[in-house]
Amino acid sequence: MTKSTSTELATETVLERESRNATKAMLTEFWYYFSQNKGAVIGLVVFAVLVAVALLAPLVAPHDPDVQYRDALLQPPFWQDGGSFAFPLGTDAVGRDILSRLIFGSRFSLFIGVVVVTIALVGGIVIGLVAGYARGWVDTLIMRVMDIILAFPSLLLALVLVAILGPGLVNAMIAIAIVLQPHFVRLTRAAVLAEVNRDYVVAARVAGAGHLRLMFKTILPNCLAPLIVQATLSFSNAILDAAALGFLGMGAQPPTPEWGTMLAEAREFILRAWWVVTFPGLAILITVLAINLVGDGLRDALDPKLKRS
Amino acid sequence: MSDTILKVRDLYRTYDIKGGLFKKPGKFTAVKGVSFDVERGSTLAIVGESGCGKSTLARMLTMIDAQTSGSIEIDGLPIDIAKTGISKDMRQKVQIVFQNPYGSLNPRQKIGHVLEEPLLLNTSMPAAERRDLALEMLTKVGLQPEHYGRYPHMFSGGQRQRIAIARAIMMKPKLLVLDEPVSALDLSVQAQILNLLKDLQDEMGLTYIFISHDLSVVRYLADKVMVMYFGEVVEYGTRDEVFGDPKHEYTRTLFAATPNADVDSIKARLAKKVA
Repeated sequence: MTKSTSTELATETVLERESRNATKAMLTEFWYYFSQNKGAVIGLVVFAVLVAVALLAPLVAPHDPDVQYRDALLQPPFWQDGGSFAFPLGTDAVGRDILSRLIFGSRFSLFIGVVVVTIALVGGIVIGLVAGYARGWVDTLIMRVMDIILAFPSLLLALVLVAILGPGLVNAMIAIAIVLQPHFVRLTRAAVLAEVNRDYVVAARVAGAGHLRLMFKTILPNCLAPLIVQATLSFSNAILDAAALGFLGMGAQPPTPEWGTMLAEAREFILRAWWVVTFPGLAILITVLAINLVGDGLRDALDPKLKRS
Repeated sequence: MSDTILKVRDLYRTYDIKGGLFKKPGKFTAVKGVSFDVERGSTLAIVGESGCGKSTLARMLTMIDAQTSGSIEIDGLPIDIAKTGISKDMRQKVQIVFQNPYGSLNPRQKIGHVLEEPLLLNTSMPAAERRDLALEMLTKVGLQPEHYGRYPHMFSGGQRQRIAIARAIMMKPKLLVLDEPVSALDLSVQAQILNLLKDLQDEMGLTYIFISHDLSVVRYLADKVMVMYFGEVVEYGTRDEVFGDPKHEYTRTLFAATPNADVDSIKARLAKKVA
């Protein structure tokens, strides 16, 4: 009796170990292909640093982002004449420390990216799955609506939506999410169409799986690869669009230290004080570049057509 | 004492062909009035060229598609999914094994979950019991219990087909439809899978509908043979009848077209080539 339970326990642990090994093997393979792309690894490191900075902003930033130092207006960065280490990247027109504002601004950018991509991804997946799975008039209706949204220039549509909803960061995010959504819908639908007639889906149906189970448990996991890549690229797109809306005065409102808003505030000083526009611009550039590199790496790792094996 | 498990009468399946710009809409009848009986525990082989309606027939028998007209009765249970839908009872009667073992397993699903899915969906069995059954089934089809937690891409074609067979018999169906189960495998693995199928049939009293175009495989496994040609049954009888004395023109052509693989005939062919 005790012997049989002990052997049972032994097989149980063996089984669990094998199962874990299989999962680990998948992850190892993924990392192997991802790390082949050096740019992607660099992008990932930059992105990780950015996330860390955003999370630890109050600890890392030398000053409060909103405090105005009246005796240090438009002070240049430390390596220029008149600069000081108190304000490493200089100050803006009302004497706020640019570095601190950039550090706090990274929180907004990442927040925008996460929220926008989550809304667009979830909405896009559900709508795309329904369209690809149901076919017929449902499919036609959904895809025509998506085509209409895609026909507008994205920033223009976002502007119109913000004008209707009212300016502000949250409304800007909703507008950008709506603009980005059709890409996810089309991608999901295309992937679903490719998968839905495969034998394993039919087999699951013969086994008795219902529509929801087929859609979300059987088909969806096999459609995720292109969606993950698109989500990463949309993340950077969302940051860019939010910055653009901020620049146009339709996104985050001053004194929020959002990068696009910072650019807009600094517009009049472009000729006199290069640092007030350069650093927020650089911050946007580096973030977007890093995320796009990660997206490329993910594409290499997840797209079976690009695998060299 | 004929114990009939599957009774098919006058079965039709018609597909509508959508009209295009320069084309009138039409109808295509893939299966035209097929009738046959299968006895419990026996194997019926369905033979025919591609596009002759074999797979359409298989899809109707496994309730993937509905028939246009005619009746199917499995183990006394009438099947007409267009009218009555599919009940859990009906699902437990019949299962299918597909031709391509690379496409029939979900690449993101571990083998254990592949095997447990039918039980999860159709019974209220507790998880531990499902797992024990899945492990038991793995050893039954010649795999190891360690394979429980692995993904399909870690297996060879033959092993995958074993998994597909295991999934099909998890529910202990009465009838198993095998849609060219070995044609994607190489010869040595084919033999292993065919032996496995024979053993399972003896052990579990399964009835097979074996769809194939490989006559040597059919000769090995079938009790009865049905030859289809453009949606119609042109020949139906016991294996020895059909192979020994083919009645229909198409059957004879089919047998004649099978390459003869014995040494003498190959030598003769080569000699012909040289001459």
